[in-house]
This record gives sequence, structure tokens and C-alpha cells, in this order.
Amino acid sequence: MITFEGVTKRYDDGTVAVDDLTLEAPTGAITVFVGPSGCGKTTSLRMINRMIDATDGRILLDGQDVREIDPPTLRRGIGYVIQQAGLFPHRKIVDNVATVPHLLGWDRKRARARAMELLERVGLDAELARRYPFQLSGGQQQRVGVARALAADPPVLLMDEPFSAVDPVVRTSLQDELLRLQSDLQKTIVFVTHDIDEAIKLGDTVAVMRVGGRLAQMAGPATLLTEPADDFVREFLGRDRGIRRLSFIPAKDVRLAAVPADLALDASGRPLGWRTEGGLLPYGTFNPERDSLRAALDAALLAVNGTAVAVDEDDRVIGVATREALDEVLGQYAARHTAPAPESPWPEEAHRTSTPRAAPGSAGEAPGPDEPAPTDPGPGDRSDGEGPHG
Amino acid sequence: MGDEPLVRWDWIWRNWDTGRPDSILALLESHIVMAFLPVLFGLLLAVPLGLASARWRWLYQPTVSVMNVVYSLPSIAIFIVMLAITGLGQATVIVPLTFYSLAILIPAVVDGLTSIPDHVRSSAVAMGFTPLRRLVRVELPLAVPVVLAGLRVATVSSISLVSVGALIGQGGLGYLFIDGWQRQFTTPIVVGIVATVLLAVTADGLLVLAQRLLTPWRRA
Ligand SMILES: Nc1ncnc2c1ncn2[C@@H]1O[C@H](COP(=O)(O)OP(=O)(O)O)[C@@H](O)[C@H]1O
Ligand SMILES: [Mg+2]
Repeated sequence: MITFEGVTKRYDDGTVAVDDLTLEAPTGAITVFVGPSGCGKTTSLRMINRMIDATDGRILLDGQDVREIDPPTLRRGIGYVIQQAGLFPHRKIVDNVATVPHLLGWDRKRARARAMELLERVGLDAELARRYPFQLSGGQQQRVGVARALAADPPVLLMDEPFSAVDPVVRTSLQDELLRLQSDLQKTIVFVTHDIDEAIKLGDTVAVMRVGGRLAQMAGPATLLTEPADDFVREFLGRDRGIRRLSFIPAKDVRLAAVPADLALDASGRPLGWRTEGGLLPYGTFNPERDSLRAALDAALLAVNGTAVAVDEDDRVIGVATREALDEVLGQYAARHTAPAPESPWPEEAHRTSTPRAAPGSAGEAPGPDEPAPTDPGPGDRSDGEGPHG
Repeated sequence: MGDEPLVRWDWIWRNWDTGRPDSILALLESHIVMAFLPVLFGLLLAVPLGLASARWRWLYQPTVSVMNVVYSLPSIAIFIVMLAITGLGQATVIVPLTFYSLAILIPAVVDGLTSIPDHVRSSAVAMGFTPLRRLVRVELPLAVPVVLAGLRVATVSSISLVSVGALIGQGGLGYLFIDGWQRQFTTPIVVGIVATVLLAVTADGLLVLAQRLLTPWRRA
């Protein structure tokens, strides 16, 4: 657990970057610091591994004041990932990943073996190990950055806008990958971003900061969406808070009806379209085991008859959700939402259970895989849709 | 010069290697020594001075200013002043050329170190490198391309400047220019020019090769 106790950072020029910050980042969970540019996120993060020392207050790592720990020792126990990956251009990928094990004095063979294991873990082909950073795409470099941070198996991971510099498709896959890794590794992660959607997607807890380095609100993402503490947070969260909150409601409670006759299927039971006199019409699918209510609703809105097609892991149709069925669940949701709140009105359950997490955009109208299966990268690395730089 | 040909090959063959200090080979040898030692000394001095200037930024401007002043002094004037101190030896040429090399190499070392992207440096800090280890394992290797580029300039200019030393009797291939001019005989002049250019091109080529070998990590 990382504890901020009244932490303030005043730079030499008088700028107060962080003002009396008190919060806890629980062990084994992702805590996101989110806020507009210049609100002190990077400063807060760097005070944890002492790249910056606090002016006032204390930061405790599992109860120990970080200032009692010699900085290089402290840092070797804390993984660090930044926006441009910060890879060492003059070292091969495998050596980049093995950096901290080397610093810790592991023997060369063990460090390399560990590096190779990590590369595989973050979905990179072993081929890439012998390349130099400039020969990798931005997304691949970012994966290497994550592998490098994890190499010595540190309990704590600090990530400073790690996915901000890559295109949206790659960013989504990196986020999913991080969640998948985290469900295996359960690191204590502090993740900094200016992107509220990323914060909501990744955070178990989200700390919204405002300029001047003040904490505006700290809450689970679903709570944040329904109960923003003030106008600043409300505005920062943006539009469609209600719809976005549906991402946190699993779709597994939606009542499914039998497959109707007018849904055309192929030989293996995958959907083809809604049969009409004019031909096949578009449909939308969701996976009740994996997707959120938002994905189910989205799937329904894609079909002219307002019926969402439920599919299993292999995209085979297992039933349909009618508008009425969706309405029932939405009704329950609204009712629970407005009920007098116990401490936490909504368990943030949809959140942790599935990997990748219920993805808002996972309803597809075209046949074929909605998402690349996370377990089968195929030959080469997972395609990031970019060629090598240069 | 009358109907003398531009180059008399027989002269070249006769003077190629006579064993005397004014044979072409001997002049080439002393030219190489007087051109390369200053670059070597310059490099050995520029690394610590450059490191100091990169660490303590206020040192940088004064250092560069002094070096620029040195660089602007006419070389022949320095050679003559040096005569009074070091006499007629090779040192009279080597010492001033070392300063010329320094004037090129100190900024190269400083630029090399400051050209390292901030995110690379700070990720080294974040990984837990100690300052010394970071310098040796990350910062110096990353400064190599810029330093090598400076080294190429310093080497070529050193090779061309040595000739001026001929005016005080220590100029390597430069002797051939004076000799040819005094005797109104073009062959030594042509030989001097060709040999100097070949030397410069060879040295530069070797440095480019070193660059390739030392920095395979740079985008082509
Ligand atoms: N080294 C520094 N010296 C002075 N001010 C700084 C320094 N670093 C950051 N700041 C200021 O502190 C504030 C917070 O910066 P930072 O933590 O980088 O914000 P964020 O990461 O949220 O964009 C900004 O106003 C920034 O200009
Ligand atoms: Mg920042």
C-alpha cells in the first residue's frame, strides 16, 4: 500500500505542484491519478520513487517512509513506465528488459531468461529481442517498457501516461493487455493519465486532481460517474455519464430468449443477419459472459428490430435479448441506482471479473471475431497496426 | 616551369623512401603523428571537461568562449609563439593543434550529453541507476554519435593544419609545398596535396567505419 500523508511539493520557483495530498493506493489494485495537464500528476508519481522529494508530508510504502530508503534501492523495487517508453536506444530489446535484473546483480543468463519470459508475457515475439528500440513501432516499444518495468518482479508499478502517445487502436489493446497482466500479477499500480475514459477503464480507484495539485475526488469509477463530488469533477467526466456507467454492469443478468426463426445462422451456428424480404439486415452481438450491459444495449441498437444477439466465446448464437429483456435489467439498474445508498451502492464487480474487462465497443455488426482473442497472438507480435519506425 | 610536366613520376620514385627525413614516406609519417596525437589528446581532455561543463552548466559558456578565442588565433602566430617555449620539435605543432581539437571536441561532448532525450535519462534514474553507473552505461554511450561527428571534423582539420607547421620546419607533408614553391617545381606540391587529401579521406573513412561498428543502434 502506498500512503500519501499531507504531501506538498513546492518547486524552487514557488510553483505549488501538489498541495496537501492525502490518499491511499491499496495493494494489488490500480489507482489512477487523473486530471488536466499541469495538475501535478507526474510530480505526485515521482515523489513515490523519490525522483522528486516532497517539500512537506510523507509518503509511506507499506508503512515505511520512502525517504528512509536509499533512492537507487527504492527505485529498483518499483517498476516505472513512461509515455515515450524511455527505452535505452543503444541496447537491444532483451537488454533493455533485463536492465533492473542486471542492476540487482542477477547473473547474465538468468536476467536474459527472465527478459525473454517477460517479452512473451507482454505479447511480443521472441524475434524482437535482438532488435534495437528504433526498429520497433511505438506500441511495441510501449510493451517493452511494460516488460522492463516488470522484469525484477517489483510489487509496485508507476505508470505515467504510458499509452498517451500511441494511436487509439493500439492504446485500447495496450489497456486490455495491462488489465490481463494485472489480473495475473496483482501489482500495486499507480497510473497517471489525463484521459478520463482511460482512468475509468483501468482504475479500481480513481483520484481526480485539479490544477494546483489538489485532490478533487477519489472513488471507484462507477461511483465517480454517478456521484461526482462537484462541478469540476462533473465537467471533467464529460457527457453520457449514465450510458458510460453501464460499462460496469455485467450483461449476464439479461434474460435471453430462444433464437427466433428470422435470425439467419451459418452451418456452425454463427449469425448471418436478420432475414427480411429485402435480404439480410445488420445485427449486433454481445457476449453475456464477458460484456457489459452497455455492449448489450449497443448490440440492440444496431439491429432494426432492436434485438441483441447473444453469442458465446466462439461467436455462436446462444439466444437473443429483446428490448423488453434489456429494459427489465435497465429498470432494475435504475431502481438500485436511486435506492437510498448503502456505503457503496454498486459493487464494482463487472470490473474485475472478466478479462479483458467488459469493453464498451465490443458489439459487432459484421460477422467475424469482434476482438482479437487475447490468447493467440499468432506469428510475430500482436499487430499494432504500425510498421517499424524509421 | 617551362615545358616541365605537372608531375614527374621519376622524382616521386626517387624520393619515395630515401631513408632521409625529407623523403615522402618520412614526411607522411611525421604528418600522421602530428595530426593524430592532438586529436587523441584533445579527446582525452575533452571528455572530462565536457562532462564537467554538462554537469555544471555555468562552466560551459566560459569554456566554449575561451576555446573559440583559441580557435580564432592564426595558427602560424601560435606556432611562432610556441617556438619560444617548445623549440623546433614536433611539440610546437602538437600543442596548439591539441587546443584546436579541444575547441571542436568539448562542444561535441557537451552536445552529445545534452542531446540525450530527457525521457531516456529519467527512465535510467527511475530504474535505479546510480549516477556513476548511469554516466558510464547510458549517457556516455549515447553521446558517442555526436562525439564521433566532432572527432571527424577535428581529425580532418588537424590533418590540414599540420602543413602550416612547415613554415617553422615541422609540417609533415607541408614541407613539400615549400620545397616545390622554392624550386618552382610542381611535382612535390601535387604530391603534397594528393597525399594530404588521401590521408584525410582515409582517416574520415575509418571514423565512419568506427561509427557504424560502435553505434549499430542508430536508425540508418
Ligand atoms: N521542475 C519544475 N520546476 C518548476 N515547476 C515545475 C517543475 N516541474 C513541474 N512544474 C510545474 O508543476 C505543475 C505540475 O506539473 P506536473 O506534475 O508535471 O503536472 P502533470 O503531470 O499533471 O501535467 C505544473 O504547473 C508545472 O509547470
Ligand atoms: Mg505529466
